[in-house]
Amino acid sequence: MEIFKGDKVFDFMGKSKIFISISIAFILASYVLLATKGLNYGLDFKGGTLVQVQYEHKAPIKKIRESISKDSLFKNASITKFGSPNEIIIKFTTSSSSVKEDMGDKIGKLLKGTGKFKIRRVDIVGPKVGSELREKGFMAMVLSIISILIYVAIRFEWRFAVASVAALVHDVSISIGAIALFQIDVNLDTLAAILTIMGYSLNDTIIVFDRIREGIHETKKYDLFHVINDSISKTLSRTTLTSLTTFFVVLTLYLFGGEIIVGFSFTLLIGIIVGTYSSIFVASPLLKWFGFNIEDFKRRLAEKEKAKAEKEKMREMYERGMV
Amino acid sequence: MIVGIVLSFPSFMPSMKGPKIKLGLDLQGGLHMLLGVDTKEAIKSKYKSIASSIKYFTDDNDIVIDALRTKSDGVSFTLLDDTEEKNLNAMLNKIPGLVVNKNKLNYKLTLTKKEIKATKEYAIKQAVDTIRNRLDQFGLSEPTVAKQGKDKILVELPGIKTQAQEKRARELIAKAAHLQLMAVDEKRADQVYNMSKDEATSYGDVILQNARDSKQKYLLKEIPILDGSMLIDAKVGFDRMNQPVINFSLNSEGAKIFGDFTGKNVGHHLAIVLDNKVYSAPVIRERIGGGSGQISGGFSVQEAHDVAIALRSGALLAPVKLLEKRSIGPSLGADSIRESMIALISGFVLVVFFMIIYYGYAGVIADIALMINLFIIIAIMALFGATLTLPGMAGIVLTVGMSVDANVIINERIRELLREGKSVAIAIEKGYANAMSAILDANITTLIAAVVLYAYGTGPIKGFAVTMSIGILASMLTAILGTHGVYQSLMPNIERAKNLKIWFGIKVK
Repeated sequence: MEIFKGDKVFDFMGKSKIFISISIAFILASYVLLATKGLNYGLDFKGGTLVQVQYEHKAPIKKIRESISKDSLFKNASITKFGSPNEIIIKFTTSSSSVKEDMGDKIGKLLKGTGKFKIRRVDIVGPKVGSELREKGFMAMVLSIISILIYVAIRFEWRFAVASVAALVHDVSISIGAIALFQIDVNLDTLAAILTIMGYSLNDTIIVFDRIREGIHETKKYDLFHVINDSISKTLSRTTLTSLTTFFVVLTLYLFGGEIIVGFSFTLLIGIIVGTYSSIFVASPLLKWFGFNIEDFKRRLAEKEKAKAEKEKMREMYERGMV
Repeated sequence: MIVGIVLSFPSFMPSMKGPKIKLGLDLQGGLHMLLGVDTKEAIKSKYKSIASSIKYFTDDNDIVIDALRTKSDGVSFTLLDDTEEKNLNAMLNKIPGLVVNKNKLNYKLTLTKKEIKATKEYAIKQAVDTIRNRLDQFGLSEPTVAKQGKDKILVELPGIKTQAQEKRARELIAKAAHLQLMAVDEKRADQVYNMSKDEATSYGDVILQNARDSKQKYLLKEIPILDGSMLIDAKVGFDRMNQPVINFSLNSEGAKIFGDFTGKNVGHHLAIVLDNKVYSAPVIRERIGGGSGQISGGFSVQEAHDVAIALRSGALLAPVKLLEKRSIGPSLGADSIRESMIALISGFVLVVFFMIIYYGYAGVIADIALMINLFIIIAIMALFGATLTLPGMAGIVLTVGMSVDANVIINERIRELLREGKSVAIAIEKGYANAMSAILDANITTLIAAVVLYAYGTGPIKGFAVTMSIGILASMLTAILGTHGVYQSLMPNIERAKNLKIWFGIKVK
């Protein structure tokens, strides 16, 4: 089976302006969403308490709300169904610092009389830990972008590095925009999903760049336009195929993986789509836009070779001199 | 290169009988807590114990002092008998890290900055040791208690089954277990119900409540006679009424102080105070030697048991507070395992069929590599004792989707070469060679993201980074070495085959 016929070359570069305009529009929309709707920080980053309760029957949400609001601490608690109708999650922004008696115990006491239930999960994150986790998360993102930038710059050229990081920023921005749009709780696992998207999208981009690098070595002409079109077309089946298999498994994770992991898998689903788009339509055209020049690249390669050859010659002479 | 596959076999064999994968708390259920230590309290109690020893010393040597007070920033007192100044100063100089400020005969004692820092650090270390001791005696399997960062304590308790059990463990951890033997202020004892806290302080007294009946109050001398630091053992026993009590014994120093005090104070009351609650205040009938005592007062057997554990493992110098808690019931963990297994299996089946349909036999080979990848991940995790968490499961599911990538890249390269009219043998060899740089670069960049995630992630997220990293490495290994070996060993068959469509899924002219 084949999705794309082997030798067909698509003209991606010719339409790159359209694609990049679409991307810019999406990125801008994401930032607007971020500014207006904002991110819905979850427990991990904001601090607070989450109690998951499973009833042996349908959870009586109204009764639960009444019982809980007896304590003024929990006036603003949110109660939502979680997965099945028997299961609920109670969330509020206060946390307690007592080890002996915590919010979970208090909720358990208040819920007495609402039916047969079991407290299955209690998460409490103090405000200090929340801000620490937020800092760490931000650091993780910045650090991985920088290390990737350095690696790609060493293996390819700085413009490749900048183009791939631009594509990364594109993917992360749009994914975060989607998170804001659908008001998904931003927790540690969402952050993990975003870092995974970064790794994944880069993976795709690097495969195309690798082809471009190869194309440059082989081509006799200095037509970057053509090399890029050719490289994207040749890697198109691979890009689509890997994206599809990954998309499949993440989709199964989203559908069957349980409520706890929904935020994670949803973010990944968006990221895979955006990441695939960016590595086909955005990253490579950017190379050209950043002023990458084959002639230049080849000349520098030749210089490097020359320098290497000279060094070897020197060494040879030196060794001979020694002997 | 078939060695590649053969090599991976023995590594997953032991995983079946030998080391088992450790499940994270989010999958097996349990309690995870991050605790902070209130180090200010440690300094306060350090000052208190300095005051205690001053009191003991002056009483013992008949030195008259007055207004002995402890505050959060020091100890103060007035020496009434200036002939004893030299004697007292010599004693104070023996206490390490103490700064003595003197205005005539008014003393103000503080600790040096260095000593304060050391005391705080010791309080944290002591809290870790004490909590570990208590949990070890509590009888749960594999509790983890470790210092995290500069001043936090990580507590992980797998195997907690119920809310009640969890609460009991938390109470045991939080219990200060601060035992004090205190003298009742006999002169003013009858005024206790009309006295304000400040008034009591002005006499150098404190008002404490009875442990069972909070209405009953006692006026006690603020500086205790001795405290739990001199305790060497505590055991549950039963009194004549068959009520559980805690019998404790003191070390020789404590026994001497206790004996001296009781000898001098026959007819007075002695209060037994645990965590600032008075358990009993009997009259001293005679000198009590031997250094043993009893805490009685309406414990349940379980309570008495936990108090004894806490006393034995020592008092917490500083109270601990909850910074973060994640508690997951075992049934929720089991649900998570089931759900992620369903996701894993269905994702796996989808990918396997997709690869076969798209590539034919080449797809089958890629699928075998995928399966071996999964085994390698499990084997490596078991061998290195890594913990599998829910995000870790997600990482494995993701690996199923991503690890066929290397084989996809190779197969696409082979197809390309076949289309150009190269022979099968050359197409396979060159296909692998051409794909190499792309596979390396692409996977190394993903690996960088995973490593950063490991370094900055906490708990379960680390598990995700681990499974993903192992998955990436395993997929590189099986694709570059493993499947290459398979093709080489099958080469005669492939070359004999007339129809390459079955092998690579495309028609070749």
